[in-house]
Amino acid sequence: MTNNFTRDHEEFEQIPRLVAVITVLGYFVLNILGWFRDFLRHIGLEKKKGAKDPNPEDFVPLYQSYECFYTRNMYTRIRDVFNRPIGSVAAAEVDVIERLSDDYNWSFRFTGKKLHAINLGSYNYLGFSENRGPCAQAAIESIKNYGVANCASRQELGTQRFHQELESLLTQYLGVEDAIAFGMGFATNALNIPAIARKGDLIISDGLNHTSLILGIRLSGATTQTFKHNDMKDLERILRESIVNGQPRHHRPWRKIIIVVEGVYSMEGSICRLPEIIALKKKYKAYLYMDEAHSIGAIGSHGKGVVDYWNTKPDDIDIHMGTFTKSFGSAGGYIAGRKKLIEHIRTYSHADCYTASMSAPVVHQIISSLKIVMGIDGTDNGQKRIQQLAKNVQYFRRHLVDMGFIVYGNDNSPVVPVLIYMPAKIAAVNREMLKRGCAVVTVGFPATSITESRVRFCISAAHTREMLDHALRAIDEVGHLVSLRYSVRNPHRRLVELNPQDYE
Amino acid sequence: MLLSSMSSVDIESLATDFYGLIQSFYHAPLYHIILEILLFFAVMWLLFFRKPRPIEKKLTEKEKQELIDEWQPEPLVPTVDPNHPALNVRILDGPVGKYITIDNEQSLNFASLNFLNFVGNERIQSKSIQAVQKYGVGSCGPRGFYGTIDIHLELEERLARFFGCEEGIIYSYGFSTIASIIPAYSKRNDVIFVDEGVHYAIQKGIEASRSNIKWFKHNDLDDLERLLIEQENLDKKNIKKARATRRFLIVEGLYMNYGDLCPLPRMVELKYKYKYRIFIDESVSFGTIGQTGRGITEYYNIDRQQIDLISSTLEYAAGSIGGFAVGSSFVVDHQRLSAQGYCFSASLPPLLAAAAIEALNIMEENSDLFETLMYKSEQLHNKLIAIKGYIIQGDYLSPLKHIRLPNEFNTTGRLESIVHFAQTKHITITVARYLQDEHVLPQPSIRLILNVDITEEEMDFLCAVLQEALVVTI
Repeated sequence: MTNNFTRDHEEFEQIPRLVAVITVLGYFVLNILGWFRDFLRHIGLEKKKGAKDPNPEDFVPLYQSYECFYTRNMYTRIRDVFNRPIGSVAAAEVDVIERLSDDYNWSFRFTGKKLHAINLGSYNYLGFSENRGPCAQAAIESIKNYGVANCASRQELGTQRFHQELESLLTQYLGVEDAIAFGMGFATNALNIPAIARKGDLIISDGLNHTSLILGIRLSGATTQTFKHNDMKDLERILRESIVNGQPRHHRPWRKIIIVVEGVYSMEGSICRLPEIIALKKKYKAYLYMDEAHSIGAIGSHGKGVVDYWNTKPDDIDIHMGTFTKSFGSAGGYIAGRKKLIEHIRTYSHADCYTASMSAPVVHQIISSLKIVMGIDGTDNGQKRIQQLAKNVQYFRRHLVDMGFIVYGNDNSPVVPVLIYMPAKIAAVNREMLKRGCAVVTVGFPATSITESRVRFCISAAHTREMLDHALRAIDEVGHLVSLRYSVRNPHRRLVELNPQDYE
Repeated sequence: MLLSSMSSVDIESLATDFYGLIQSFYHAPLYHIILEILLFFAVMWLLFFRKPRPIEKKLTEKEKQELIDEWQPEPLVPTVDPNHPALNVRILDGPVGKYITIDNEQSLNFASLNFLNFVGNERIQSKSIQAVQKYGVGSCGPRGFYGTIDIHLELEERLARFFGCEEGIIYSYGFSTIASIIPAYSKRNDVIFVDEGVHYAIQKGIEASRSNIKWFKHNDLDDLERLLIEQENLDKKNIKKARATRRFLIVEGLYMNYGDLCPLPRMVELKYKYKYRIFIDESVSFGTIGQTGRGITEYYNIDRQQIDLISSTLEYAAGSIGGFAVGSSFVVDHQRLSAQGYCFSASLPPLLAAAAIEALNIMEENSDLFETLMYKSEQLHNKLIAIKGYIIQGDYLSPLKHIRLPNEFNTTGRLESIVHFAQTKHITITVARYLQDEHVLPQPSIRLILNVDITEEEMDFLCAVLQEALVVTI
């Protein structure tokens, strides 16, 4: 499955020139229309939709008009494809609740109907998002034994024995000295980076890091520099320059340097180049913070994330961070590493001191799914899931590439972004796929750069071959309908033209 | 000499040229002349008056490599004292109800913020179990990408209805609620007036917003007015800037660090005089203050339409996990695209939303719970102030109180030994924990929490143990 040959094969095919022009033109037209509509609203020819400020007129406006321009004139047009409510467990298939709008997406009404669709949008890499089975059972038992909340922080009276059990299991799984878990993945980054870094430190972070990392870095007070996404030469250049020049203005040496990267980048589908980063970190005596939100459980032959994928030692990463939302069907985040680091976090983390401790069913779901993945439960269910995910990823990606779509990212990443580029197609692809029974996620600006809108598929171990075939048929049709085949490198082919034997 | 060595013809041609030059000055347009003069001055400045910049000698590759080799980083983290209380917490072994089990021994719980004793409530547990059987445990995505479950929408609607507001929004973590809300509205050039005694999450939210912060002394309205008048004077000097500067007042309903209520009515009056928006964080006052638990606005009988945003957590009285905010649609809807903790984080697990909905049901059905809680808080307050040797901080109606020793006796060490002694007598209390970088670090204290199901006998027992602890500790 993950042989050395394709381990670091990543593709980011360039946007064809004509497509770039048309995309920019599309946004330009939308802008012009937006100004025109705003003008009509201003002179009163068109009704101002949207809520009004209940305060008197002489209060300073809460929002600047230009801040909401994008929301009013572009986002609202396609608002129905985002925030789609679901009415069932977010498993391999999901019930999307139908909502219709009579006023061009300014307001919605529910028809009461549910659309059953294949779930290609939720983060469910190992398929643990289930409402029955050993994990759900464990969660239910724990509710009976412990209730749902602990109403106190870990440092006061919120530490239960099951928190310790989770942390020791996590330590075993990751091969580290100690670990600590928190109730929210976002907060794990935002509240713990300030406990590790402070003014006088330098943080070198990847250009495409997640918002939670950026917020944590900003709150820490450390100086930050970014390097081009996954570009090791740029990282080395910044490391050398920073050590030589020291802190800005007074040029005192940096207290320490921390490199912050992610395992799998959720918008690009790329995997970080861990062996090279470790070599650089050792050469320049920096520390490494690895955010494995999307990679823990999802890559690697034993599901142990990037360390497993690249066959490196867990000790080489100073601060392991990850979340339980994606691969373990639960919620929360963790930090793991040396005992000294974890003791420091237990004492000085904002999350440990002030936030309520993790809920019992959430913890027990993680414990039981971890045990399955590690094989401690006595079955090979965990290993089967990991292998199924890898098979599904290969199958799906290869089909898409062979059909002529531009697919970003590493061959082995379970996040599969297919580029759409043009703004109108963001909505078109989403709506057409749902009509054909596939719930997908399409993203545009500001989550991605303005010309690179994409549809992002999240493959799960729970997807069966039939589901993937159904999805591929739907993509094939929609891709033909909306003209999504942009690849210049690969020929454009319909699904029927591909030989099924090639993909066994 | 030069002139003398030239022939007369040359001199004549030179003079002609010179005459032509003077002529051209007269014929040249004015702007051209001005430009030439400016250029002349620029050249003069460059040549004579500019300070010579020191020429930095570039480092050689060898020197750079030496610097790199010499540089030694600090250790990643400093060593922590192994006796630090954070590393020696008590481990629980069971539900955090009125009674709590530590090391196989049951004790009365005065430490968990479980005001309405919803933890372990049968109804809430059964609804949570039903939610797991329908939705599984995790929601597997952020709100924008199939993480919005119908139960979230139901909870938001119920919360908005409970408070009589237009719209509600829920977050998956109590701390992140107010910490994400503040930066969503207040930006770099805006002004925030905030009470000094607000809890840490609000402090972090304010820090993330990068606005101008004006701290006023805890619950001191005169200090607040002073700051408002200062701002008004600043506004008069620069009206254009004032028209683009948003102002916010951020207070808590019931202060976590002090246990006292905020003087809201006057703040609402000042709102219309000085034109700021009020955000109240009712983490502790939701479900504890007011006839029907609707918080401080109910207590003071203030129209909730006058408050711009009420935020709270579901982690205390409601007995679940997460946070929420309610207000007018105009205000709340903005967070759906701008609040980082909402957009970029996985949504609340559905079982926790189900628990919160059931908690709201219980709160709406049994509104006498709140009167009981307020009555008992007052009872406990009277009993506590009767014990000689402790200083009690907190409103008499507040179920959250801070207990301190007088003056110089009040050290964390002594308080910890009181806590330890109480534990041996099967009373669980805790010292309040703070990080050192709080804006105003409160004095060490024991944070006492009243659970609504505590009886008067149990309160008497608590007071007796606290009295005894004094004798043994000091």
